[in-house]
Amino acid sequence: MTIITELARWAIPLILFTVPLYAYMRKVPVYETFVEGAENGFKTAVKILPFLIGMLVSIRIFVDSGALELLIDLFRPLFTAVGWNPDVLEIIPLAIMRPLSGSGSLGVATQLILQHGPDSFIGRLASTLQGSTDTTFFVLAIYFGSVGIKKYRYALKVGLTADAVGLIASIWIVSKIFG
Amino acid sequence: MVNLIWLIMMISGILVAALKGNIEQVTTSALQAAEVGIEVAIYLMGIMSLWLGLMNIADKAGLVKGLARIFSPVLRVLFPSLKAESPAFGAIVMNLCANILGLGNAATPFGLKAMEELQKENSDPTTASPAMITFLALNTSCITIIPATIIGVRMKAGSINPTEIIGTTIFATGCAMTAAIIVDYVFRKRNRI
Repeated sequence: MTIITELARWAIPLILFTVPLYAYMRKVPVYETFVEGAENGFKTAVKILPFLIGMLVSIRIFVDSGALELLIDLFRPLFTAVGWNPDVLEIIPLAIMRPLSGSGSLGVATQLILQHGPDSFIGRLASTLQGSTDTTFFVLAIYFGSVGIKKYRYALKVGLTADAVGLIASIWIVSKIFG
Repeated sequence: MVNLIWLIMMISGILVAALKGNIEQVTTSALQAAEVGIEVAIYLMGIMSLWLGLMNIADKAGLVKGLARIFSPVLRVLFPSLKAESPAFGAIVMNLCANILGLGNAATPFGLKAMEELQKENSDPTTASPAMITFLALNTSCITIIPATIIGVRMKAGSINPTEIIGTTIFATGCAMTAAIIVDYVFRKRNRI
């Protein structure tokens, strides 16, 4: 497993080393080309700003007011009815937060890991869930917003179905391997 | 649908805060969130400039096209509506590679670039094209082989084996990605008019 942490440590330096070197050998004016591309970073960031703020404001009000917690309480009986390990209930806040906010869900996951211990069932489940799903709702809003798409069609349904499958798969595999 | 979700989150949040006698929270949260939005955008400006600059070098050196060509058999199946030589493929592959390597902040600029390219081939510029939806489905469910952030959290929390969750993560995300591809395919077929 140290190989993987090493790979993570080396990935960016390696990319920064090989890409410009290879390009230079192929007679690309590397510095000027870099600057030309970098210019777009600024424009893109400005373009997504309104969508970023719009989403963040609504999500923060929803979470900080306690409305999210209320929603979670509504889901609790459903999970008990299915007859899952009652520990699994602890994961609901993370599962609901995950598609909405990256920093928010990381906060919830960290809290769960510290509270239950990283090597507990919940600690492992929170780690797996945080690593395996994405901030679907947020990504859709920003990506579509950046190019001016207003009608998402079935995009949200596809993304959230995948998240639900990711959640069920996480619970299943963590129970099976570490159960 | 987004309009409704956005409104519901805001309205229900304000109502709950009011009922709890905690209405000041709404003001604080709204103002803070707007501030965070700017912070994130400025942070992204730097990161995006870096990665888009590098991508431009890779592009001019023919690396992006090369990468797209390697994956083209898979991409052609996943994106039947795109032309074989579509410039969107390069950005799509770069985005997915960044996701797989867990380079989250590099994935965003490549992803937005891919959307820009896909938009050029979109027949109705206000409606999501099937290719965009497929791309977003892959992007949000993409396999990560190095969930670096969460491994860091586990290390700090004193885990005996911080990387033991890599296997379970790859399995779960593999299931999510398979589901995304299948559900996207079903919807795409059903929505064809």
